[in-house]
Order: sequence, then C-alpha cells, then structure tokens
Amino acid sequence: MNSIKGIAASSGIAIAKVYKLEVPELTFDKKSIENPDAEIERLNDALSVSKQELEIIKENARKSLGDEHAEIFSAHLLVLSDPEMINPIKDKIKSENVNAEAALDETANMFIDMFKNMDNEYMRERAADIQDVTKRVMAHLLKVTFPDPALIDEEVVIVAEDLTPSDTAQLNKQFVKGFTTNIGGRTSHSAIMARSLEIPAVVGTKNITDTAEKDTLVIVDGIDGEVIVDPDEKQLATYKQKQADFEEQKQEWAKLRDEPTKTADGKHVELVANIGTPDDVEGVINNGGEGVGLYRTEFLYMGKSELPTEEEQYEAYKSVLEQMGDKPVVVRTLDIGGDKELSYLDLPKELNPFLGFRAIRLCLERDDIFRTQLRALLRASTSGNLKIMFPMIATLDEFRQAKAILLEEKENLTNAGTEVSDDIEIGIMVEIPSTAVIARQFAKEVDFFSIGTNDLIQYTMAADRMNERVSYLYQPYNPSILNLVNNVIEAAHAEGKWAGMCGEMAGDSIAIPILLGLGLDEFSMSATSILPARTQIKDLSKEELASFKDKLLSMNTAEEVEQFIREKTNQ
Amino acid sequence: MVEKTMTITDETGVHARPATVLVNKAGNFESDINLEYNGKSVNLKSIMGVMSLGIPKDAEVKVTADGSDEEEALQTIVDTIKNEGLGE
Repeated sequence: MNSIKGIAASSGIAIAKVYKLEVPELTFDKKSIENPDAEIERLNDALSVSKQELEIIKENARKSLGDEHAEIFSAHLLVLSDPEMINPIKDKIKSENVNAEAALDETANMFIDMFKNMDNEYMRERAADIQDVTKRVMAHLLKVTFPDPALIDEEVVIVAEDLTPSDTAQLNKQFVKGFTTNIGGRTSHSAIMARSLEIPAVVGTKNITDTAEKDTLVIVDGIDGEVIVDPDEKQLATYKQKQADFEEQKQEWAKLRDEPTKTADGKHVELVANIGTPDDVEGVINNGGEGVGLYRTEFLYMGKSELPTEEEQYEAYKSVLEQMGDKPVVVRTLDIGGDKELSYLDLPKELNPFLGFRAIRLCLERDDIFRTQLRALLRASTSGNLKIMFPMIATLDEFRQAKAILLEEKENLTNAGTEVSDDIEIGIMVEIPSTAVIARQFAKEVDFFSIGTNDLIQYTMAADRMNERVSYLYQPYNPSILNLVNNVIEAAHAEGKWAGMCGEMAGDSIAIPILLGLGLDEFSMSATSILPARTQIKDLSKEELASFKDKLLSMNTAEEVEQFIREKTNQ
Repeated sequence: MVEKTMTITDETGVHARPATVLVNKAGNFESDINLEYNGKSVNLKSIMGVMSLGIPKDAEVKVTADGSDEEEALQTIVDTIKNEGLGE
C-alpha cells in the first residue's frame, strides 16, 4: 500500500520528487592523520563550500524576508572566516595530528560552551548560531548532504518531521510544489503557512519520513489529505486529472473575485483574509478578499535576534494598509508566548504555556514592547482603514488597561504633531470562554469582536490542539462552542457593534452555513478559502439558515449538528 | 600604535548586527585591531571575539590599531561605531 492518510492542510495536488528536510547523522571517529597539510586543505574546502551556500541563503533571505532577516547569515559567514575560530582548528590539526572533523568539533564546542555559559539569554542563543554553522561544515567534511530549503533549485515535495516557521519562510514557491509532514494539524503553524503560500500540503501523516525515500516521486493530495509514494501509471494519471480538475475549479472560483459576497437572499457578509506579512497581501487581493480580518504581527518578532524597531514595524503596517486601500485591516497586537517563543526576551520556561504568560498578559507587563508596537500602528493609521484588536483578553480590566495605553500613546503622538487617524476601531479577540460568556458587558466598551476559534475551542474543551491523543475533542460544531459564538454575536448586535471570526472555523464549509444563520458579520480565513466560501454562500439563504438557529443551539452533540447541516445543504 | 576610547550608547549594547559590520570593516586592514572592554582585549577581526565581550550599553571601550595602516584603520572603526549609532 503506497497511500498514506494525513490531514489535508492546504488544498491542491502536487506531484514531484521527494526532498527530505532532515539533519543527517553527523557522527565521526577521531583519527590520527599522517598529512596535516592535506587535512587542512580538506577543512578549507569544506569551509569554502559552506560559505558559498551561506551567501546564496543570505541572498534568498534578503529577497524573501528583507535585510534584517538576512543579517543573521552575515554573522554566520563571519564565524566561518573568524581567525579566532579557524586558526585554533588548524593548529589542532597540525599539533595533535587529528582529523579535521575532530579538530572542528572540539574547537567549536569550546566556543559553544563559552557562549552557553554567558549570563544573558541573547548571548546563549549565539551558541546555537555557532552550532548551526559548524554542522554545515561538518556535513561537508563527512560528504553528507545538508538540507537547505533555500538552496532547492528543482521541483520537489518537501518531506519532514515538521516545518519550523523559519523553514517555511525559506521555501521558494517556484520549486517547492508541496509538502508533507509527520506531525501537525490543520491549525498548526506549518499548515497555516502552506495556505498562505498557496501550496498543497498534507500534515499529520505520522510516518511519511520513513516511507518516502529521497528522490522518489510522490503525490501530495491536499484536497483529501492523502500522500501517494511512488505512484504507478494508473495512479499518476488519476491524480494528473484531479490536478487539472482542481485548476479548472479555481478558474470557476476566480470569476467571483470582484463580486461582493451575497447570500441567495441578497444579504451581504464580509469575507476577509488572515495574513502574517505584507507579502501576503498580494494573495488577499488575488483571491478577492474584502479586507484583512487578522494580521498576525508575531512574524515581525520571530526568527530574529532582537525586537523589531518602531520604524521597521511602521513600514510593515503602512505597507499592508496602503496595499489594501480603503478596505479594512484588522491588526492583532503581539500574541507571543504559549507555543510561540522569542528567545531574546529571556522568558522563563512554563509548565503550561498556553495558560501562561502570553499575548496581552505579556504586553501589559512589558508595556515598553507594547507601546512601541502601538506607536508604529498609530503612525501608520493614516495610510488606510486600520482597526486594532487585542489578543487573549480574559477580563474587562485587561481591555481597559490596553485601551488606556493605546489612547495615551495616541495623545503623545498628537501632541508631538504626528498625524493619527481619528476613527480607529478598537476591538478584542474572543478566545477565552470567560470573555465569550460575558460578551454583553464587553460589547458596551469594545468596537468589535473577532472570535478566535482555534483557541476558543481548545480552552472550552480543555484539550490541547497539538496533542493528537485528545484531538477528537477539537470539535468546532459542538453545541457548547455554537452557544458561545452565538452569545458573542448577539451581544455585539445588541450594542450595534459587529462580530467577526478569524479562526479556521470561519472558512469551513459546514461551519459557514451555521455562522450565517447565527448572524456573523465578518468571516476571516486563509486567502485561498475566500473564493470557495463566496461560491458556497451565493447558494445559501440566510433567512432559512437563521430559522435553524434555536434547533442547532439546543442539539446534544457535534455529530448531530454536522449531520443536520449536511442534509440541509446537500454536502 | 594608535588608540581611542569610546562609550557605547546603543540600547542593546554591541549586538550581532553592528558587530558584524565592525568585523567586516576591520577585516579590510593590514593592522592588528583590538577592542578592549572590562580589562579584556579581543581581535576586532573576530566576530566571536567581539561577541564574547558581551558589551552592554554605557560601557567604555578602547579601540587600538597597530600596523602599516593604523591611522586609517582606527578612523574607520571609530566612524563606523558612530555611524551605526553604537557609540560616541
């Protein structure tokens, strides 16, 4: 059986050969050598190949991520030319007659230990940089391939245990046709990135890295969540057809690109997109997004060695706002902590990070970081239609504090003569049950709600969405969730405010009819989900769906809800 | 040998990015160039040397250059520290 089931993370069909993204075994024996000069020659060769690769990676990073992100590779390059590092290796080869591998390993470890023992987290992180560069040189000495997504120059499907944010950031869409991983779910970081890059992906296959060998042909079916390793002629033909059909369907969807989102009975709802970087805006426009419903600003802070400056943030926010013109852009302030760590902040490890010091909790304590971001946002506010929302709000007091800081910064800027827009809506993410339950009280003070279902579901069901053993509890259609969502929407409307949703649920074909019936105003999803959703909504009657509301809210189980909706909407 | 003492004014001290720029500049000269902080002196052509000093804000550092192009080398390093907003 060459077909492996996984979770469909990003739709489409990719057919290409396997590129395995895994760090190879770098074991070696310490040996005595006869000819130190030849050994030093071998070291020089490995160093020069490594430098050439780093130059390419640096160039690619500069193009795709910008100068700031590329700088880290400049530092890596300097390590490889560092006389204090390289001369001791050569001296060791000469004086101890050991092989280059041993000399490199021992010298590098001395430096790594030195940095690891420094009393500052930032310096300790540099140990990882030296480790990274050393591994590359070591791989070349041992003549094993060191995988590098940035160096790929032919069409491939990436096969990996998991992809880190920096791995995904380096993927070149021109060559990377799709990817598949052992772990992850629809809401894991790699899945979200795949949808934003618009490349097919299947995650959570458990063991694809064991089955798919380097260079074998593989099919990634991101529509049905399947991976076919080494397909036969017949399978290949079937999937080529499926690929063509999908392309054709995309053409169909594209016809609705410039159409407003209207239900069969003529009601308008807003379909907007989730983005992570200014580069994602192009996808939003190409997919007919009516705005940005969630701009995750974390990416500005991740994969770096220090906090982004106000100027750097200002440029990013301004770019997104300008590109979107008069369409709304909802920016979520920094949501870091939990599973998203920033090494340079030197935060203590927590036993239960999802319930810990993260997002607004961190921002209210480290208000220096928060204020920098707010100033950048306020300054950019004149470039478009900005709305600001705070993540992980659990109490009204947190919202009041965050808003007070925002207004204080606004006043400071205005007093200093900087122009700031006067109609910035200020809202919150509803992802903690405590907030959903008393949404009525919040609705009097906020300008809007955006329901973050990924977290709302995990907090309501008390089930870690990364833990596969409890993944059955991740139930978007559970009546408990629907009641919370309904509570938020009703609370908003009672105060003349709007309610949106920016979790994965908003783009789900079962959830869309339910949410339409509950009266949700704004649906924020991956850009690629917008046109399929608009196509679906076109044939749905809001009035009819609204008539199911009480029935759905009083159902007993998620299965009951799902079955009912499937029957009513012919899915 | 020529030398110059300076004060670091950058909020985060001498971190990776400016250190990279300094080491790249230093590499263009024949002279031996050293950076001294807190009684420890390192080769300014070595990124790991410079980073290992862990120089914080408000630190007093001494740059020295010794060799055929020492005057020009010192001037370049001092200018770079100023232009990068590292110190004065």
